[in-house]
Amino acid sequence: MAKGEIVIDEMLCQSCGFCVEFCNQECITIPENRLGPKGFPVAVFSVPDKCSACGICGWMCPDFAIQVFKYVKSEANINQGG
Amino acid sequence: MGEGAMIKQQIVGKPKAVQLDFLPFKFCPGCHESLVWRALGEVIDELDIEGKAIACLDIGCSGILMVGLTVDGIHCLHGRSTAVAAGVKRVLPQAICFNIGGDGSLGAIGVGHVINVMMRSDPITTIFLNNSGYGMTGGQVAPTSLLGLRTTTTPEGRDVQSAGFPLHLSEIAATMTGTAYASRVSVHTPANYQKARKAIKTAFQKQMDGVGYSIVEILCACPPNWGLSPLAANSFVEEKLIGEFPLGEFKNVDKIEHTFDPELKRVGRVKRG
Repeated sequence: MAKGEIVIDEMLCQSCGFCVEFCNQECITIPENRLGPKGFPVAVFSVPDKCSACGICGWMCPDFAIQVFKYVKSEANINQGG
Repeated sequence: MGEGAMIKQQIVGKPKAVQLDFLPFKFCPGCHESLVWRALGEVIDELDIEGKAIACLDIGCSGILMVGLTVDGIHCLHGRSTAVAAGVKRVLPQAICFNIGGDGSLGAIGVGHVINVMMRSDPITTIFLNNSGYGMTGGQVAPTSLLGLRTTTTPEGRDVQSAGFPLHLSEIAATMTGTAYASRVSVHTPANYQKARKAIKTAFQKQMDGVGYSIVEILCACPPNWGLSPLAANSFVEEKLIGEFPLGEFKNVDKIEHTFDPELKRVGRVKRG
């Protein structure tokens, strides 16, 4: 069961491959047969079920292309905020 | 309240102090300066100094951050960013002044200014990006280039007779009394990235506490000039660059101790009284 999800901005991705290298769960791949809007092959969040929402792909993305979201219960969130 | 009560909370994204609108093309794929950029943005957000930080940026790829950070900035002459930052700090003591430069500017043409700032103990922060060569101008040999490294100006590899030995600026900084903080970090793995962010934060903290000069040297990969893929450049940092430039914290003091010897006032040619 996924604990979170990531969103990859294809306009920013430059296909360096750091997210694929450092993802512990092997959730991200770079398919070679598809190019993004800038002409680079772009990273794809291909195995969403295994994402543990650790945030490493987001930190190590040099191009600010990855946003990481974690699933939290809404009650817990209210307690944190209050 | 069942399964539907789960909500999404963003844990990693673009820091607030980073702006991407003016840069349609940023750094090369796999460039580590972008990671330094992110770390700087996160530190500026954490310390909440966006309104009072002033960046003095040097010539080279580091100057691209002029429009990449939301803080005020000055684009300085080649190698003079340290001197300009020291001047800005003297005029505006409440500002948080930092300068960013590569090894071509702070290690070669501007190394004298860095030494002078260490000597005067100006409370500024230097981010020194060491990528073992000149990046923007096309991969010439720099003072920090590894021995034997093939560059455009040393096609047979850097040799000692013509280009000397690599420069270790952090170790020099650690020997100076006026330095409050000197460390060398890298950003090639997630753990090292976190250490780099912590080092930048500590350096800013030393400046905010008014202790003295702080310098953070960051080992950066330059995949185009090394002729390597982004991941191969990452391994190059791990295998070769860290071997020559060991990581670590070389100096970290909370107060710079100094004493005056009263007897020294009585020597010298000038007659008093």
